[in-house]
Amino acid sequence: MRMLDAIRELGFRSLGVVAHLGQLLLFLLSILRASLLPLRPRRWLEEIWGQGVLSLVIICVSGLAVGMVLGLQGYNTLVRFGAEGSLGAVVGLSLIRELGPVLAALLVTGRAGSATAAEIASMVASEQIDGLRMMSIDPVNMVVAPKALALTAVMPALSTLFILFGIAGAWLVGVGLMGLDGGVFFSSLNNAVRFEDDVLGSLLKGLIFGALIGLMATFRGYHARPNAAGVSAATTSTVVVTSVAILIVDYFVTALWGFQI
Amino acid sequence: MPAPDADRPHVVLDRVSMAFDERPVVDGLSCSFPRGRVTVILGGSGSGKTTLLRLVAGLLRPTSGRIEIDGTDVAALPESALAPVRARIGMLFQGGALLDSLSVGDNLALPLRERTRLPEKRIAEIVAARLDSVGLDDRVARLLPGQLSGGMLRRVALARAILLDPEILLCDEPFSGLDPISVKRIELLLSRLNRHHGMTILIVSHHIASTVRLADRVLLLLPGRAVAGSPGELRASPDREISGFFDEDLDESLEPSGVATRLDPLDAEPRADGSTPG
Repeated sequence: MRMLDAIRELGFRSLGVVAHLGQLLLFLLSILRASLLPLRPRRWLEEIWGQGVLSLVIICVSGLAVGMVLGLQGYNTLVRFGAEGSLGAVVGLSLIRELGPVLAALLVTGRAGSATAAEIASMVASEQIDGLRMMSIDPVNMVVAPKALALTAVMPALSTLFILFGIAGAWLVGVGLMGLDGGVFFSSLNNAVRFEDDVLGSLLKGLIFGALIGLMATFRGYHARPNAAGVSAATTSTVVVTSVAILIVDYFVTALWGFQI
Repeated sequence: MPAPDADRPHVVLDRVSMAFDERPVVDGLSCSFPRGRVTVILGGSGSGKTTLLRLVAGLLRPTSGRIEIDGTDVAALPESALAPVRARIGMLFQGGALLDSLSVGDNLALPLRERTRLPEKRIAEIVAARLDSVGLDDRVARLLPGQLSGGMLRRVALARAILLDPEILLCDEPFSGLDPISVKRIELLLSRLNRHHGMTILIVSHHIASTVRLADRVLLLLPGRAVAGSPGELRASPDREISGFFDEDLDESLEPSGVATRLDPLDAEPRADGSTPG
């Protein structure tokens, strides 16, 4: 009987996961449909400001710190092999290919994703979403789509900024502190990075992660239970689920993009 | 289009059931709400009062049964087809449901901007008139909802609910958490909307004194059954389960309402389409 119960439980949970994924897909389609008409350029700009511009400080500071750590660790490791001249290439490729898009996405999830989920969930709890429906205003068009699209749009830019500040941090440590020649640093970076493979792949990752954060944050907020506990659960689950999803999706994007090249 | 039949019930529920997570909240309920009357829905906690209101608004879909508004089964309509029905319904939510990020003025203007092609100047006039009609100063329009007191917030929400001159007004706990003066203000406003505009009003409330003062009819949701009648009939019922609901001290309900007369402009306010009622 225990075996049967376990199988039944497994089946029940599997069905739940499939239903959840179906709901997520339908929600994505509703966002795509609602983002077309009516266009709300002002709402989009407000959201780009809220999600993007207000995330600038955290992205720049974190990028600088990560770059400085990479510069320090990279220099101390490379110098053992007499290869400290490759510091620019090592730091640049690490940041552009992986650390930039992934860490920026995790930071944006924590800052803008959680705020988006909390805001929409509290609108659900305070019946503001129902209020819009009663006025025949599509809440997906007015509230959800601008937030999701803004997150998708700002993520590649934030990821790029993270990378630039990271390289600047590594330059500060490698050239400023350790005495590496600036020309050597940048020429190794310039020789190692290929635009089609590395830069475009990095931008693509930023775009995909942005869409993922936008979708998950708005989905969790929109389907939150209409109470304080629901708001809290939506916020927490957005950060946890999206962070794990980013790391998993990162592997597949890397594999597919690399395979294609 | 022929005028709706004045004798026909405005809203009819036919064997409506609703369940959340397989837990029935409304079970096979059949009832009707007369046109141009105030009906108060009473019942204990979890009896399905708010669910009933949300079903009528189309915010929830029943698991079975029909919900007719002027003969149209709204339960069978998809969300995209509900707009013409909702244009005839205003809803006063318990917490107001005003958008936090918009000023009071923008909250009121929102349905006009979204649903009409009126110029901004005309929209501003209508917003000012609606605020005046609920006894609020034009300066309130610049405040955010978070800066309003509970009573003011409820009146702003009422102003938004009636902005497009609905035929049906649904009110979810309009008196809860308000001081006695605010309760009487809201009461008077609802009473005037009903008397002067012929609005069909459905109110979910625990406020017995206001119920007795306002209601033409009471729908009492009891475990396993629903009872309808005038407040006097239900109060006089030999069934203690029914009359027990009216045991609250009703002396207050017999006092004349002492609401300020500055609420009078409601009778002469302009409609959203620019015409003047009456």
